[in-house]
Amino acid sequence: MKQNQALFEYLLRLGDSNMILGQRLCEWIGQAPALEEEMALGNLALDLIGQARSWLEYAARVEDAGHSADELAFTRDERAYRNLLLVEQANGNFADTLARQYLFDQYHYHLLGALSSSTDAQVAAIAAKGLKEVTYHLRRSSAWIKRLGDGTAESHAKMQQAIDEIWTYSGEMFIADEVDRVLAAAGIGADLDPLQRLWEADVQALLAEATLTCPPLEQYMQRGSKQGLHTEQLGFLLAEMQFLPRAYPGASW
Amino acid sequence: MYAQLVDTGVKRLKTLEEMSPQERDFQQKIDAEIKIEPKNWMPEGYRRTLIRQISQHAHSEIVGMLPEKNWLTRAPNFKRKLQLLAKIQDEGGHGLYLYSAMETLGADREEEIAKLHSGEVKYSSIFNYPTLNWADMGTVGWLVDGAAIVNQVVLQRTSYAPYSRAMIRICKEESFHQRQGYQILLHLMQHGNEAQKAMVQDSINRFWWPALMMFGPHDSDSPNSAQSMAWKIKRMSNDDLRQRFIDQTVPQLELLGCTAPDPALKWNAERGHYDFGEIDWSEFYDVVKGNGPCNRDRLRTRRRAIEEGSWVREAASAYAAKQQQNNAAA
Repeated sequence: MKQNQALFEYLLRLGDSNMILGQRLCEWIGQAPALEEEMALGNLALDLIGQARSWLEYAARVEDAGHSADELAFTRDERAYRNLLLVEQANGNFADTLARQYLFDQYHYHLLGALSSSTDAQVAAIAAKGLKEVTYHLRRSSAWIKRLGDGTAESHAKMQQAIDEIWTYSGEMFIADEVDRVLAAAGIGADLDPLQRLWEADVQALLAEATLTCPPLEQYMQRGSKQGLHTEQLGFLLAEMQFLPRAYPGASW
Repeated sequence: MYAQLVDTGVKRLKTLEEMSPQERDFQQKIDAEIKIEPKNWMPEGYRRTLIRQISQHAHSEIVGMLPEKNWLTRAPNFKRKLQLLAKIQDEGGHGLYLYSAMETLGADREEEIAKLHSGEVKYSSIFNYPTLNWADMGTVGWLVDGAAIVNQVVLQRTSYAPYSRAMIRICKEESFHQRQGYQILLHLMQHGNEAQKAMVQDSINRFWWPALMMFGPHDSDSPNSAQSMAWKIKRMSNDDLRQRFIDQTVPQLELLGCTAPDPALKWNAERGHYDFGEIDWSEFYDVVKGNGPCNRDRLRTRRRAIEEGSWVREAASAYAAKQQQNNAAA
């Protein structure tokens, strides 16, 4: 695999995970448990969609096929989308959303930390900028895991169930393929093994502090997004998100 | 804007002679344009009226997020999606800011929100109309925020200082929203295809009259206005504000190349204002009474958010209490 082709794929993965999670968080507007939380979820979505834009703008330049970032995000079909299965999972209740968010934030934080020293200056710059935002995302979602885990009996049960349900989608990010290996070798992408060890230690420690049981690390992990194989959830999300550009092809908004 | 039909409980103004010495001092301060701060003495009616008006205003900001949320997940590109999300965030911020201003009067946010959910307190009638196409995201910014600004610019001089300060800050963001909304429409009219242009006209047709209704009933049908004006909570009458809005909006409408659904709309050189047709007040009162297309949906959404979130808020309180206990023990 050529390095540029690998980089394009890699940038899609980075951009798509942010985009899809941002879209999911937008669904919360008007429905959050408190006004302050509504604002916080909206801010997260703004950050993530903003980061998605940066990654996909760079992806469009690397691809050099005349596509814009908008076209990549708003016209690509399900099988061409490269976001993690984790982030496309439905919002569920507040605990489900926070479980998804925390497991992603913890990964995202270490990933952007590693990418901040990428040999590709553009990757390093986007990662360093994003890391400032994600540091805050992680602080916020960690705090909520503790609040809900160690809050009331009801919140504890809901938080534990949320972690147990989504756990099977939490390992895919560490399963390296050729794209990961080519770019890690070139110092452009992140080496996933050390990332996984950091993530596991952090997650175990936080769940323990939140009085929650960490599911087995060796549990079977769902996979497929790196080849564009998604859960049934993504198609509906894209149908909604891409409605206008698909209904009015070529129109300017 | 966003506060219509605010009841002052007063149908006839007291003269200075009829007032108690405290009331007279208060009115003289108002007349001298001295702003009232939370710790100053104020008549109970003034306090109650302000709580009603500011809470309606705050509720309107929060309910007003919903018609825009309706298109947030379908916004057509990065720029529009980020803009719309940021606008919705601003509105949430306005809501928080206004609730704080209201709390300086001794009102409780949760109690006031409970009144919204029970239907006891209203929010602006405009948010009971559905957003049915993308151009509505432009029209809501241009006409709805535009109408709100006309009112809020005047409210920057309102007599209650925390409300006045809130308005100054809110106006800055609202005028940005209005330009942004207009730019959405202008782009569709200048660069859009026929279907997109039709969306814009359809959107204006649906929002034109409801936007004019935002200013509330005619002055002659507005029995609470006199007291609100005397207290300088209100600073311009409903009809004057509506005329000002129409006068500044029609040239923008013409620049778009669109029309208003009002055959009587035309420039009157003698008056120096636009003439316009009669508003269908039966529709206005129907919507205020709860029979607009979206009244039930809007309230159901807000109620459900608070009800379904109760276990989250309880958990947060329980956790905070445990932390406090641990800190005290340590």
